[in-house]
Amino acid sequence: MADIPAAGTVPEMRRDEELTTADGRPLRVALRRSQRQLRRRAFYLVAPLLVFLLVTFGWPIANMIAGSVYNPEVAHFLPLTSSAISDWDGEDVPGEDVFAAMAMDMESGLANRTIGRAAGRINREIPGARSLVMGTARDLEDMQPPYREAFLAEDERWGDLEFWRLIKRETRIVTPAYYLLALDFEYNSRGEIVERPEIYQVYRQLFWRTAWMSLTITALCVLLGYPVAHLLATLPLKTSNVLMILVLLPFWTSLLVRTSAWIVLLQQQGVINDLLVWANIIDASGRIRMIYNQTGTIIAMTHILLPFMILPLYSVMKTIPPSYMRAARSLGATQFTAFTKVYMPLTIPGVAAGVLLVFILAIGYYITPALVGGESGIFISNLIAQNMQGTSAQLKLASALATILLVGVLFFYWLFNKLIGVDRLKFG
Amino acid sequence: MPEASTRQSDPGAASYVRFEGVQKSYDGETLVVKDLNLDIARGEFLTMLGPSGSGKTTCLMMLAGFESTTHGAIYLHDQRIDNVPPHKRGIGMVFQNYALFPHMTVRENLAFPLKVRGMGRSDIETRVKRALEMVELPNFGDRRPAQLSGGQQQRVAVARALVFEPDLVLMDEPLGALDKQLREQMQFEIKHIHESLGVTVVYVTHDQTEALTMSDRVAVFNDGVIKQLSTPDVLYEEPANAFVAQFIGENNRLYGEVVEAGDAGSAVTVRLDSGQHVKALPVAVSGARGERTTLSLRPERVKVNPPEGSVPNVLEGKVAEVIYLGDHIRTRFSVAGHDDFVVKIPNAAEHPRMHEGDMVKLGWAIEDCRALDA
Repeated sequence: MADIPAAGTVPEMRRDEELTTADGRPLRVALRRSQRQLRRRAFYLVAPLLVFLLVTFGWPIANMIAGSVYNPEVAHFLPLTSSAISDWDGEDVPGEDVFAAMAMDMESGLANRTIGRAAGRINREIPGARSLVMGTARDLEDMQPPYREAFLAEDERWGDLEFWRLIKRETRIVTPAYYLLALDFEYNSRGEIVERPEIYQVYRQLFWRTAWMSLTITALCVLLGYPVAHLLATLPLKTSNVLMILVLLPFWTSLLVRTSAWIVLLQQQGVINDLLVWANIIDASGRIRMIYNQTGTIIAMTHILLPFMILPLYSVMKTIPPSYMRAARSLGATQFTAFTKVYMPLTIPGVAAGVLLVFILAIGYYITPALVGGESGIFISNLIAQNMQGTSAQLKLASALATILLVGVLFFYWLFNKLIGVDRLKFG
Repeated sequence: MPEASTRQSDPGAASYVRFEGVQKSYDGETLVVKDLNLDIARGEFLTMLGPSGSGKTTCLMMLAGFESTTHGAIYLHDQRIDNVPPHKRGIGMVFQNYALFPHMTVRENLAFPLKVRGMGRSDIETRVKRALEMVELPNFGDRRPAQLSGGQQQRVAVARALVFEPDLVLMDEPLGALDKQLREQMQFEIKHIHESLGVTVVYVTHDQTEALTMSDRVAVFNDGVIKQLSTPDVLYEEPANAFVAQFIGENNRLYGEVVEAGDAGSAVTVRLDSGQHVKALPVAVSGARGERTTLSLRPERVKVNPPEGSVPNVLEGKVAEVIYLGDHIRTRFSVAGHDDFVVKIPNAAEHPRMHEGDMVKLGWAIEDCRALDA
């Protein structure tokens, strides 16, 4: 700039003062202003997607999480009882104030036709409570205070402490009850959290099964996908293109078709069993059960998820120049050492990306386990789906199960990030 | 290749690396390397020079063990090695893009060849330290290759190839990725390391300047054959054939046929295609009448307007282009039907400035004009 003769066209630089543009505005402000426009334009471009995601993804998930803990029936439809019972110690039949409040709630509940919903909520935990509440409510007109005696005279079940404890517990608007249920716990009659009887325990076992089967599927995908990806990355282009099409072919086929194909192959009267019988490897009576169990789910899902492992692996391997292996060999490493010490560490970003993709996809998989899983091979998502079609309580249970699954996936992601670092991943 | 066989090896030195009748084909139809015979002496700096596709890198890869020989044998220290896997050959190698392992630090990179040899930890440490000092990067051990500049990576690659003390080091266009200034500096440093350690170096490049400045001997490859194997000065001043004359340095070519063999082969008379007669030194011609030949003439050996009778060959030339280069003036002439005849005229008082279209006389000595193969 020293060559510019006209003094004053270049703003003078003074160290202690803020830099300014030619017209005297602070440089930093001018820079921010010029960048703001760019940022705004970028934001406008992604805004439709952002709105779409919020509406179709963020909002339903928030709804689901809220639904899994929301418990308004008792608090809303028995408001006076709810406030009256808050001082009750739970050791003896409540006093007159609670019964009086209950009577007034019943009266307004009858008028608003909401008493049934409150009764239904209680009935869910104490069978028969609905008829008790509804019956007493219908007879309320004929009763006189004190209501405590009147209620007990009407039905001695009004003296049942379990009933009152339940009401007191259910006055909370936010309840962990569905999460307890989703983890095979429940409240006992004293309001303590205990494990459910063993024959009702399903979900914990199913979460556990979903996790280990997903891990198995992921491990199988790594074992099967690694050599294929390596081959793809090292073969001459012409051959590798053909191979790549073979890898991608499943992507272009409907998931249902692929799963049904596995049924054809694996069922007891299926192709593989027929072949084994024909080759006299097994007896016609000893046909192997390979489907409608865990084996079936693992085989079919490994096949379906394999491309998600191969593609990130391939894209990483493609960038590893062959000279690294050559260098290792020339430095004295055997083929094996060169592979394990040089090649494999360089493929970790691809392995990690593949593992993350496959595991997260697997853990929420639904169609394939439903079709080929039978009784023992279904996943937690299948039970979530089942519960979604049920009553409102089952819907809440489904929400709780799904939220637990979501938290599990987030935890896995966090752990993964801790161990490997998500910013190092390469998805292809 | 009869022209190369006379200079194939230095009979005084014991051969350390020997290629014996080596042939290489990738597709079974064409030979990439055709009958290669080459002896390399211990401690020598030999460069394989040639255009891309000439087979020089293939030769290096066969020596390193990454390519198999289709035919023939390679000996290292009198041991046949062409069936030995690369990791057992004990040859250091510097790769074109360095091939430093990106997931290891500089120190781990250098320790790698020592570790796979099962060396003790303290031993490894001293050797790595010494190697880093040799390439003047003593404080860079904990950096990753990506944190180094191109020149520093280059030095680490050299150090890694030398840290396990191989007797033979191969370098595959190691300076190709560097800018000109750095390349010249690294040429000097590699040469210096070679001299101080006394290792044998086989160096592959397509850059003739690099080959001439660094090497003890240069093997010029073309089309799978060594065209000439010689010291740099002989290559430049006494090219044995038209390819070498053209590939090494700048060269003017004139085409013609032999009309008269001189006394005792001292000079032949060649009639150019444009009709003029020129006397030349027979190098790759038999001297038979009518034989086609290429005359090779270095631009700096041509005299402009030589004094009458001082040189035997004088031709008329017309100035076609004048390029000012400071220390000399590159002048392109149209001579004997060729308009790519270049003369370097020193920028000195006794040489008048020329202009496009000037007609001048160009002359040269017999020994500066070499009659080579057609």
